[in-house]
Amino acid sequence: MEELHSVPAWKETLVTRIIQICGYSSILFVILILYFLLSEGLPALWKADLNSLFSTRWYPTESYFGIWPLIFGSLFVTLGAGLVSVPLGIGTAVYISEVAPSWTKEILKPLVELLAGLPSVVLGFLGIQVLVPFMRRFFDLPTGLTALSGAILLGMISIPTMVSVAEDALNTVPKSYREASMALGATRWQTIWGVTLPAAKSGVITAVLLGMGRAMGETMAVMMVTGNAPVMPQGLQTIILPIRTMTATIASEMGEVAAGSVHYSVLFLIGIILFIISLVVNVVAFTLTSRKTTRSERLLS
Amino acid sequence: MIDHQTQTKPPIISAEDLCIFYGNFRAVKNVDMKIVPNQITAIIGPSGCGKSTVLRSFNRMNDFIPNCHVTGKITFHGHNIYDEDVDPVQVRQKIGMVFQKPNPFPKSIFDNVAWGLKINGMKGDLSEPVEQALKQAALWDEVKDHLKKSGLSLSGGQQQRLCIARALAVKPDIILMDEPCSALDPIATLKIEDLMRELSKDYTIIIVTHNMQQAARASDYTAFFTMDSDRAGVMVEYGETSHIFTNPQDKRTEDYITGRYG
Ligand SMILES: Nc1ncnc2c1ncn2[C@@H]1O[C@H](COP(=O)(O)OP(=O)(O)OP(=O)(O)O)[C@@H](O)[C@H]1O
Ligand SMILES: [Mg+2]
Repeated sequence: MEELHSVPAWKETLVTRIIQICGYSSILFVILILYFLLSEGLPALWKADLNSLFSTRWYPTESYFGIWPLIFGSLFVTLGAGLVSVPLGIGTAVYISEVAPSWTKEILKPLVELLAGLPSVVLGFLGIQVLVPFMRRFFDLPTGLTALSGAILLGMISIPTMVSVAEDALNTVPKSYREASMALGATRWQTIWGVTLPAAKSGVITAVLLGMGRAMGETMAVMMVTGNAPVMPQGLQTIILPIRTMTATIASEMGEVAAGSVHYSVLFLIGIILFIISLVVNVVAFTLTSRKTTRSERLLS
Repeated sequence: MIDHQTQTKPPIISAEDLCIFYGNFRAVKNVDMKIVPNQITAIIGPSGCGKSTVLRSFNRMNDFIPNCHVTGKITFHGHNIYDEDVDPVQVRQKIGMVFQKPNPFPKSIFDNVAWGLKINGMKGDLSEPVEQALKQAALWDEVKDHLKKSGLSLSGGQQQRLCIARALAVKPDIILMDEPCSALDPIATLKIEDLMRELSKDYTIIIVTHNMQQAARASDYTAFFTMDSDRAGVMVEYGETSHIFTNPQDKRTEDYITGRYG
């Protein structure tokens, strides 16, 4: 009986406490960051004139703090990136998981992981050296630093993330589903589209949102190829004009503002907006994926 | 005796000199087997003797196993299903399969059954054929009020009948069943056996089973497989179930069915 209690109770308590502290500290960090962000950013709402904030002109040296062009810029390149990365990313994931012979799979999988870990500055280089000149020649523009370049580059950057998460999701679909479908006389494509992808739906949605999240938060690469002009959209041609994102604005201007100035507060306000957008995306992702599990759990019980 | 009548009926599917390889390993050799239409044929034999391998070769499910290949012939409707010009997808539409572990899709009960219809190009209101398939599988009364519930929410036995309904919906000629009751309790097992009996009026059924009583009870014909000295599966004896169980011709068959195997 003695041996059964040979681990002293205080050791257990100690371990529990340490783990508790780790858990609480991450909560604390989030709260601190949030507090910092809010306390630096919210004053912008009364320090800068609201009319100026919600105008369409961003020209801080003349006290024009219109954030619309920046919000628009970010949304534009992110959604544009999504148009590039979702079909390509999901397509690649399907290819790797469902179609590729095993030797190809073994080469492609680590390659994708490698790409996902590539610093975005490196891809920015590629963008400047290859993509931007191409855009300039292709559309015959004065500059290839355009919204479209940013969208394409961000699409490329978010593809590996999307592929690796979506591929994992597809891999967790039991082989028996595919067999059942094929045994009914479904073709491989019908099986992928009608059985495998729906079965992996929540994981695939997560993959898309993570990829888009990566695109939204990306700073360096997008700064290097979009030309950074905070302009409002004027019709379709906007896609081949320079644009500027929220992240690029913060990164390029934060270094040269005086702490506590209006400009400084507005930059933090932009940070708050970015934070809210990513929060919304996360909440949507969470409800989309968890609603599904609770529904099936309810049925299983 | 029915023997003479049914034996003279042309077989619906037959294997001739069938050998199946996994890479260099010959898992099954020289099987000759004529399946009688509208009868239940049981395949029995010790574990690893190639029963599943043979069964899967009947609807080309082995195509999905890399480096599995087949020699010999399997003739179905006068065609060798392994001929170059045969589309395996069409073979599988005519020869359905029910697996050892119930494997409904993570979709609603309705969609599980409707899936096979959809891939066959059926459009519009599918509730009629879905209902029919569920009735044939003796599941309709249990699920008719919650067709929208997930197929995974059913019990194991119900899930297996759902899988049978799903296979029936595409109107195959033959249904292959690989140990369909091994994950079920005795009552659910009996239900499936009754169902098989009912279905054999319209379908030809080939079932792999480890359960000797099940083969004796539920099948019309029995094939006994065992492993040869080179570990390849061979068919030892094949005939009417009553003959195989009461009057086996081969010593190995006798040993196996009386439980003296190994
Ligand atoms: N995918 C595979 N790759 C390589 N060898 C295989 C594969 N599947 C089966 N085999 C081999 O083929 C032989 C027959 O296997 P099979 O699954 O057909 O046996 P079985 O009679 O169905 O056995 P059980 O009663 O245990 O289900 C075995 O020696 C097995 O190891
Ligand atoms: Mg088997």
